[in-house]
Amino acid sequence: MDVASAKLIGAGLAAIGTGAAAIGVGFVFGQFLNSALRNPAAADGQQGRLFLGFALAELLGLMAFTVALLILFVF
Amino acid sequence: MAGKIDPMHQFTVETLVPLHVGQYDISLTNSAAWMLATLAVIFGFMAMGMKRQLVPGRWQMAVEGLTGFIDDLVKVNIGPEGKKFTPYVFSLFTFILVANLLGLLPLAIVPGWHPFTSTSHFSITGLLAILSFSLVLIVGFWRHGLHFFSLFVPHGTPIYMLPLIIPIEIVSFLVRPFSLALRLFVAMMSGHILMDVFGSFIANYASGGLAGFGVGILSFVFLIGVGALELLVCALQAYVFALLTSLYLNDAINLH
Repeated sequence: MDVASAKLIGAGLAAIGTGAAAIGVGFVFGQFLNSALRNPAAADGQQGRLFLGFALAELLGLMAFTVALLILFVF
Repeated sequence: MAGKIDPMHQFTVETLVPLHVGQYDISLTNSAAWMLATLAVIFGFMAMGMKRQLVPGRWQMAVEGLTGFIDDLVKVNIGPEGKKFTPYVFSLFTFILVANLLGLLPLAIVPGWHPFTSTSHFSITGLLAILSFSLVLIVGFWRHGLHFFSLFVPHGTPIYMLPLIIPIEIVSFLVRPFSLALRLFVAMMSGHILMDVFGSFIANYASGGLAGFGVGILSFVFLIGVGALELLVCALQAYVFALLTSLYLNDAINLH
């Protein structure tokens, strides 16, 4: 296999990580909604933590995207 | 029209007004021009709503809503001592929000023009993150002196866990500016690449015959949804940046 096609396969594999981050983000919002419906009065106070969790989960998916871009355009 | 899809072209920094001082290149680029446009939009928006009428009009309500939103954010996350950081968090939030939104303007219908998102470059978001991080360091050492290092020891950690916890806390502290900058830059960049790729599918529909026409229609419908999502992401990333900055400032002021 030549380097160019190995690069494309590697970038495609790196993109799997964004799907894993999608699971994480969905889990964060799903759990928030789950508990917010049980206790709506306390939900508004936890929005900061909701977006913090979202940001942390999303960052890891963006890292996978960055790795894919690095493979494609830097090497 | 079936050109090669080149989604990275939109991020090229072009020189508009060449200017050299000594060996340094300080030309006005399209990135700088769009940042100046961002400042002009923010300035105009604020100036229109700062007439201090007793009965606020629509514009003043919008400005008061924005300032009140950031005021609440800082008050909830830092507490009463955070009031003096409200202007900083406000500038950060409005700059990122307006720069993101200006990058989505459909300016490309004017031939030869295209919008430029200054926040889709790591140099810009990195600078914003370094500003926030150095503010945290300065405030932390100013208020607590060397006691600031107790940030690395969470309350109630057993002694025998300390050799494990302290390196983890130090690494997670040092990674903060990178994660701040990387999140904003990659979120803006990936959204723009996605829109460019699907826009090219629409523009190149003729090369695919009947199937190409179907792909074009599907891409068009999809792109409307992605456009709406991008508006949400613009606001969300600006909010997350402001929120994380205020959380880090809270760490520096109240030390856990």
